[in-house]
Amino acid sequence: MINSLAHTELLRFTTAGSVDDGKSTLIGRLLYDSKSIFEDQYEAISQTSAKRGEEGVNLALLTDGLKAEREQGITIDVAYRYFATPKRKFIIADTPGHTQYTRNMVTGASTANVALILVDARHGVVEQTRRHSFIASLLQIPHLIVCINKMDLVDFKEDVYEKIKEDFSTFSHRLNVKDVDFIPMSALLGDNVVERSTNMDWYGGSTLLYSLENVHIGSDNNFIDCRLPVQTVIRPYSDEYHDYRGYAGRIAGGVFKKGDKVTVLPSGFSSTIAKIDTYDGELEEAFPPMSVTLLLEDDIDISRGDMIVRENNQPDISQDIEAMLCWFNERPLQPRGKYAIMHTTQEARCIIKEVRYRLDINTLHRDEENKEVQMNDICRVLLRTTKPLLTDTYRRNRITGSIILVDEQTNETVAAGMII
Amino acid sequence: MTANYQLNHLRELESESIFVLREVAAQFENPVLLFSGGKDSILMVHLAVKAFHPAKIPFTLLHVDTGHNFQEALDYRDALVERIGANLVVGSVQEAIDSGMVREETGYNATRNFLQTAVLLDALEKGKYDAALGGGRRDEEKARAKERFFSHRDEFGQWDPKNQRPELWNLFNGRKQFGEHFRIFPISNWTELDVWQYLAVEQVDLPSLYFAHERPVFERDGMLLADSEFLPRRPEEQLVTRSVRCRTIGDITTTGVWESTATTLEDIIAEVSIARKTERGGRADDKRSETAMEDRKKQGYF
Repeated sequence: MINSLAHTELLRFTTAGSVDDGKSTLIGRLLYDSKSIFEDQYEAISQTSAKRGEEGVNLALLTDGLKAEREQGITIDVAYRYFATPKRKFIIADTPGHTQYTRNMVTGASTANVALILVDARHGVVEQTRRHSFIASLLQIPHLIVCINKMDLVDFKEDVYEKIKEDFSTFSHRLNVKDVDFIPMSALLGDNVVERSTNMDWYGGSTLLYSLENVHIGSDNNFIDCRLPVQTVIRPYSDEYHDYRGYAGRIAGGVFKKGDKVTVLPSGFSSTIAKIDTYDGELEEAFPPMSVTLLLEDDIDISRGDMIVRENNQPDISQDIEAMLCWFNERPLQPRGKYAIMHTTQEARCIIKEVRYRLDINTLHRDEENKEVQMNDICRVLLRTTKPLLTDTYRRNRITGSIILVDEQTNETVAAGMII
Repeated sequence: MTANYQLNHLRELESESIFVLREVAAQFENPVLLFSGGKDSILMVHLAVKAFHPAKIPFTLLHVDTGHNFQEALDYRDALVERIGANLVVGSVQEAIDSGMVREETGYNATRNFLQTAVLLDALEKGKYDAALGGGRRDEEKARAKERFFSHRDEFGQWDPKNQRPELWNLFNGRKQFGEHFRIFPISNWTELDVWQYLAVEQVDLPSLYFAHERPVFERDGMLLADSEFLPRRPEEQLVTRSVRCRTIGDITTTGVWESTATTLEDIIAEVSIARKTERGGRADDKRSETAMEDRKKQGYF
């Protein structure tokens, strides 16, 4: 039983859509049909459904949130949910879909391998669909699954499905999405979620669960450009490990091998990997997203925020950062304002030198006139940092290409950025 | 070429947790690891040992002791602390009651569970800890599903669900004002099954309470509770001896036990895989109201 676990992969996906699209019902359906719901949870929602006078058991209640939200009838924030099949363990970042919650979707999307975009079959591709798809492409989610839901309300007609597929493809050409799949379903009745639909014989594709279990995620990480941002230096100060000096961190890219020639940035000193250490013993090689400790042949001064890379493959070293920002805070972006900036394990300060344009995420129009950036807005900026950052483009590496900005007075995270 | 470079889900979760633990060591001055003797805190200690090997863990262990413990859990705690050479601090609910800081509940459902919050906040303040690591998991309870890895608390230790910091990629913002602190949840993404599977793979030694054993128990509100001097029984509640085990270990007065014959980790995994009730389904403290956990969290409960 334990050995069979060796092959269970972890897949993170995000769901975008509003309650009206049947998102909660879809998640409830996935959890319920994959037998991830416990008796006491089921009993609780049965009782609530009955209390509210609803017919049958409302699976959407499984994702019912906090009291604070129920009082206001909205979803405040990203909720994480879990289920597993023998093949994969799934983490769902369940995000509300309203306009004002762009920031939540950005948050949920930042770590996702797959995005589910919900479309109501009756309404087809709407503004919200375009917005969600754009965010998925901006955050470089490798795989998109467009869930065409409520097919039961359009008599399971193939032409409805084909029309939506066509409409979606027309506008998604303008986005940078590589892998898109379309699944017609009824979350309410369970068609094509876990069980294959008997109402849509014309559909030859797979069910949603089958897609989630089989989508290829093996190359979602960057295995080319070796990057180890140093988190902390491990020095045991014990007799047994007197000279031990280990550089601990999580591999952000590439495959490091024992004996590799490496360069430490920003100092530029070179050395060789003497040992890739873990509690369970030495490793011959290390790849993302492993947490390891590197030991080098030479005694070099290395500290948190430094990055260990391959000699012939280095990140950009610059104080001028061009990025797409999503603004998270009620206090608008201050042009020429100063913020703390966090990038990998490095912290610095920065000034927003210029807002190049504000993006209308519904039309993709670049507004260069009104550049006032409010909460949930997306814009392109030029930042100047107090010290050089070691960056890759976000497209190349989601870890070394991402930043957050922090308000220095309130310490709130006010923006997330993708380096261009 | 890349096909071989894939971690299984347990190794990926392990790596994520180790990353978070190292961030805490790097970003905070005086972090403390909350240790209850429960399996999740045992997992946390195990991960911390791995994260900083071969150095000692850079966290003090803090046990908020309600005084209503399973003796096995205390013995286990002391042996573990000894083995890893950690520093243990105990925050005592009994002392807080004696000094009048908190008042004890009375009645059959009396529990010291709620008193823990005040004692915890007091211990954090006294120790000047700026980060408290806990073994909370998002799959446990709906209020936990929205919890961050780095969860900001104001100077009163309160959680504001509407004002949490967005958490993206693996950039954790631990900046704070003087007097504020963070609760950190490195195993947020683990499920109960993941924890058991991992403890089995890693062959982690656990308190005997987690394995099936004969014990006098009685039934209350559909769950089994262990007989204890701290837990008065109602006249109609009869003691019976059953083969049981714990799925979580907390205060003895609120920890339900489950009928089980599982004597090994493999047995437990088989049992958890087909379990039809959540592990907190045996926690009387969660049953007080639909939003019991959310309300406690806002006040500073873990």
